[in-house]
Amino acid sequence: MPSDVTIETHELGKRYALGLARRGYGTLREALVEAARRPLRQGRNGGAGNTVDMLWALKDLSLTIRNGEVVGLIGHNGAGKSTLLKILSRITEPSAGHADVTGRVGSLLEVGTGFHPELTGRENIFLNGSILGMRRAEIRARFDEIVEFAEIERFLDTPVKRYSSGMSVRLAFAVAAHLEPEILLVDEVLAVGDAAFQRKSLGKMNEVAKEGRTVVFVSHNLAIIQALCTRGVLLERGEVIADAPIGEAIDGYLRTLERSASANLLERTDRDTRAYDETLVRKLEIHNPGGAPNVVVAGKPAMIVVDVTEELPAMECRLTIANSLGQPVCTLDSEVSAPLDVRENGLGPRIECEVAALPLLPGRYRIDVIVKAKRQIQDGLQAAAFFDVEPGLVGDRPTAGAGSEGNVVLPHVWRLPA
Amino acid sequence: MLRPVEQTQEPIRLQPTRGFSRVLAPKELWRYRDLAGQIALRDITVRYRQTALGGAWAVLQPVGFMIVFSLIFGNVAGISSNGLPYPLFSLAALVPWTFFSTALLLGSDSLVSNSALVSKIYFPRIFMPAGIVVAGFVDLGISIVILLIVVLAWGYVPSIAILALPLLVAIAAAAALGAGAALSAINVRYRDVRYVVPFAIQMWLFLTPIVYPSSSIDEPWRTLSAVNPMVGVVEGFRWATLGTGNAPWDLIAISAVAAAVLFVAGLAYFDRVERAFADYV
Repeated sequence: MPSDVTIETHELGKRYALGLARRGYGTLREALVEAARRPLRQGRNGGAGNTVDMLWALKDLSLTIRNGEVVGLIGHNGAGKSTLLKILSRITEPSAGHADVTGRVGSLLEVGTGFHPELTGRENIFLNGSILGMRRAEIRARFDEIVEFAEIERFLDTPVKRYSSGMSVRLAFAVAAHLEPEILLVDEVLAVGDAAFQRKSLGKMNEVAKEGRTVVFVSHNLAIIQALCTRGVLLERGEVIADAPIGEAIDGYLRTLERSASANLLERTDRDTRAYDETLVRKLEIHNPGGAPNVVVAGKPAMIVVDVTEELPAMECRLTIANSLGQPVCTLDSEVSAPLDVRENGLGPRIECEVAALPLLPGRYRIDVIVKAKRQIQDGLQAAAFFDVEPGLVGDRPTAGAGSEGNVVLPHVWRLPA
Repeated sequence: MLRPVEQTQEPIRLQPTRGFSRVLAPKELWRYRDLAGQIALRDITVRYRQTALGGAWAVLQPVGFMIVFSLIFGNVAGISSNGLPYPLFSLAALVPWTFFSTALLLGSDSLVSNSALVSKIYFPRIFMPAGIVVAGFVDLGISIVILLIVVLAWGYVPSIAILALPLLVAIAAAAALGAGAALSAINVRYRDVRYVVPFAIQMWLFLTPIVYPSSSIDEPWRTLSAVNPMVGVVEGFRWATLGTGNAPWDLIAISAVAAAVLFVAGLAYFDRVERAFADYV
């Protein structure tokens, strides 16, 4: 392959046995019982009972990434973004096709992955460095820089379990920052942790990108993707459906999101993988009292209605309103309760959330939903609904016009010299 | 802050692998040798730092068993010890056994207890069970020294046969790694393995001539019992450290072959399922 190509995949595929996604492991007891039953069952239906349903998480994926490109992978839950990253970082093996990777691969991981609490800061620097792929000599050469960057000189020989969380984050990041990968893979889900770490991660990605190294980035936050990446690859059901400059790819993604929001929500397959599915979100809608669905006026009361398939004990609901780029604006969470909340048996399979005066700027928003019951997540959907906010009065004042930034309107009063 | 690094220009091809190309990839293992060292070092350091007794733990376990076994099997049950003092007879066997059983127990759990790493980073997975075995060498070294002190204090002098110890340790290590790697791999798929292993190790203890001499078993069963690799190791340890009796070369040879088979089979199984670990943990 040409020398400026760092990643080249050819008809890459990854297949999972269906059902593995939820809980990969079982027990030996179950397996033995299953093995004992199998011959019987095979006898009954002529050997056809042995087929396992397979799901292609990635299919025929051919992609060429050149040196210095900053590529954002976008798509719904379960579109194959994380699977692709896992294959590229060699955590899991493809089931078909191949990928050629030239250069050292590095990942930014959740804070403290690979730290051992009993080991001292010094020992953890060496352990974590080699886990991230640094050679021992390399770590030794950078050791002083790492310590200085993390600002932990005085605690070098203290076990990490006695570190404050801030110190651990600084140390984890210092090690990661001195790793010099030619290809940096970042899965937002892995790089969680606190806000400071996320900020530093983004800074690091920027820096790596400016150095002309290659970055492949997975995130739900389209604003960050748009700011960092030059090229976007849109995945759907394991296949590339768009590979374009980042702006176009994001537009394509937003269109697929809206299409899936307007369809019957029960037909969606990109649901939260942690969910128990005892009740499912059937429909989600926001409206002004007596108004049309999914068009609301700023400053007016708004009602969000979540219809589910089943009423279960101890239901909770969490709604996240995000702007058109996927940046969260606010979260409404029934688990944070207030005296006026109403909880009754037999209300039926419907959850309602009332906002007294919608404080949002005109524009397009979406709602992500998580429904819990019996202390478990039962269902979760991103972009369960899209809605438009029309201009209105907030605190008797018109919502600001063009040029206003942000998404939120606050009712407010001025006092000025006349 | 970023400096240019030496380009590793050779592309790595990621594709479905077949056969045993993963564990038996010397180039790959060599590339990650620093990590292997760090993992072994971590396992050693943590083991000695976590327990209040630290290094004493390595000694207390075999010595404790020696005392209990001497009281019960030596005195009360009056089991033969080939004319040797029962404490010496059992300690010489308990030292390699403790190494083996600890490595097997910790090794079988090594992938699951490191699942955070396994699911997020690539490295040759065999380092996890292997690191446990390597860390066990430290405990073993300390307890061999204690054993030799006890032997000398009792008035016995080890013969030249003591030079066979490295071979015996290698047999025990091969068996522990083979079995530990296979169990750790099964443990990833089936989480109840961790409840089975301690029980299996206890059974194994009594199937190994630790509280009794293998000479108390009738032929051909005595010789056949050496397919349990620990039979040759344990009888070999007695002969090598106490300086008495005939060399049990027949047992050692059979056990060495059995350990080699266990080692190859265990790693082969590990290799077969390694590629899917991250999909399960």
